[in-house]
Amino acid sequence: MPQIFVYIAHRDGVVDDSAAELLAAAQKIDGSASPIALVAGSGAELDSVCNSLRSSCNEVWKIGHEALAYPNAELIRKALVKVLPPGSIVLLSHNHFGIDLAPGLSIKLNASFVSDIVEIEGVERSVLKVVRQEFGGQISAHVRCDISSGAVITLRPGAFKPRESASTNGSVIDKAADVGTLTAGRRYLETVVAEAGDVDITRHNVLVSIGRGIQEKDNVAIAEELAEAMGAAVSCSRPVVDAKWLEKSRQVGSSGKTVKPKVYLACGISGSFQHLAGIKGNPFIVAINKNPKAPIFQVADIGIVDDILEFLPELTSKVRELQGVAAK
Amino acid sequence: MEILVCARRVPDTSENEIQLNSAGNDIERDELVYSINEADNYAVEEALQIAARVGGNVTVVTVGGEDDEEILRRQMAMGANHGVLLTDDAFSGSDGRGLASILKSFAQKGNYDLILTGVQAEDGAAQVGGMLAAMLDYPFASLVSSLGVVDSKKLKVGREIEGGNREISEIDLPCVLSIQTGINEPRYVGMRGIRAVASLPVPTYGVAELGIDPNAVGESGARVRRVDYFVPELGNGAEILEGSREENIDKLLELVAAKGGLK
Repeated sequence: MPQIFVYIAHRDGVVDDSAAELLAAAQKIDGSASPIALVAGSGAELDSVCNSLRSSCNEVWKIGHEALAYPNAELIRKALVKVLPPGSIVLLSHNHFGIDLAPGLSIKLNASFVSDIVEIEGVERSVLKVVRQEFGGQISAHVRCDISSGAVITLRPGAFKPRESASTNGSVIDKAADVGTLTAGRRYLETVVAEAGDVDITRHNVLVSIGRGIQEKDNVAIAEELAEAMGAAVSCSRPVVDAKWLEKSRQVGSSGKTVKPKVYLACGISGSFQHLAGIKGNPFIVAINKNPKAPIFQVADIGIVDDILEFLPELTSKVRELQGVAAK
Repeated sequence: MEILVCARRVPDTSENEIQLNSAGNDIERDELVYSINEADNYAVEEALQIAARVGGNVTVVTVGGEDDEEILRRQMAMGANHGVLLTDDAFSGSDGRGLASILKSFAQKGNYDLILTGVQAEDGAAQVGGMLAAMLDYPFASLVSSLGVVDSKKLKVGREIEGGNREISEIDLPCVLSIQTGINEPRYVGMRGIRAVASLPVPTYGVAELGIDPNAVGESGARVRRVDYFVPELGNGAEILEGSREENIDKLLELVAAKGGLK
């Protein structure tokens, strides 16, 4: 079995939550695996990250370089190519950093590449059996990946449950000498923080959230009327922002806001994992969608197969009617 | 600036319910509506806007069969100068690496300053752009949601990272970028526009023209294979309300009120 490496992301000296998921996935590939943690960075933050991993990994490879103070995927790829032995299996999280780094890394390592996996079924004679999703989660696929010359694999965030692992007292191995000089054709300048919008959807208990099913900008008013009647705010999924029907600040998801409402009305939202990643705190989810195969029905508490353009106005009338009765 | 955009024709998930076929080994493809992959359409629009600002040509390329010519013509109707179809029996069954190596062979025949792909296609792999960049030894940025031309040697790109934040970098040309949806507003193409380009030539290239070893691509070269599709057993799916619309609304409001969801 080839050596398994897990690439550990970190920020401000703290290990990213994905680390435990990567370690769990390594165990699924090989129950007896002793995965090696790869940590790139610089200075005291890098030391503190490496030290904190010693309790969960037998070996931590510290890849220190002043050019790695910011996680630039191109520089990190070049460093990893110098450090990693041929035939390695490298696990990363399928987030904005993994998407940036992993495909190119697989080419430079001459390793196989499979991305965004949601399950590992095992290894048979150098073939890794995994499950992926396609078509925005509408259907799953069994995928076979030849790992005989190594593999770079990215994992769907949240798909692998961290496991209780015996505490160990691993060692940190300094790989800085292998890295040498690093230069990149892409240079980090700054991070632009998201603009605050007119409504802070993270502070609302009830969200009327709309997706592609709203169909056109003029229909957004249907959701706004319902939200007003319910005392809720309108949020949305990515396609609504892409189409410029609502501001980016209304977007729920991994590239938008993380919300923790009590009730989440998903209206015409298919339910991609990037969208679901922005819904926390286990709210009561109601899905209304005319496509009965929409993945949102897998995670919702209550589902209604209907056309939101007809359903929502009737729902609004009913809410108003009830409130009229209550007011009397 | 010479710009190459790699695009793909995919089943349009906003128009179709994706279902398993009766044999259980593929999706039901008989009545699918196909269109250009959404992110690729944004990539073409971005290329056209750059060419309009700084001059240059836009070439759209796809790997596929004769049915895929349709999206090339659509992108030509949007304003792309050239459409090129990379087609060969040997390409069928290619994995991401295979597709990237076919595209690499084509890219090397030209003199492109900038190569764009969509962030991801229907398989959600988000792989071809990054692979292509590594094969060409060009810098790469994924999830690009803003783009500006600094000068003839470099661009300023914004990548979409967590929480709606953007990571701004400077990137040397030539480079490869994977374009995120929402970066621009793709122009509308009507039937008239498509008819206007119907007689323009769309050249095709196969293994011979591209100088590709047929065993390195397609099914024989694939290290990653999809065996079949399946619909996973639902753990705790939603309780589907099966009543009339009026009954569903009453039930919904009762449940939502119980959760504190009504003011």
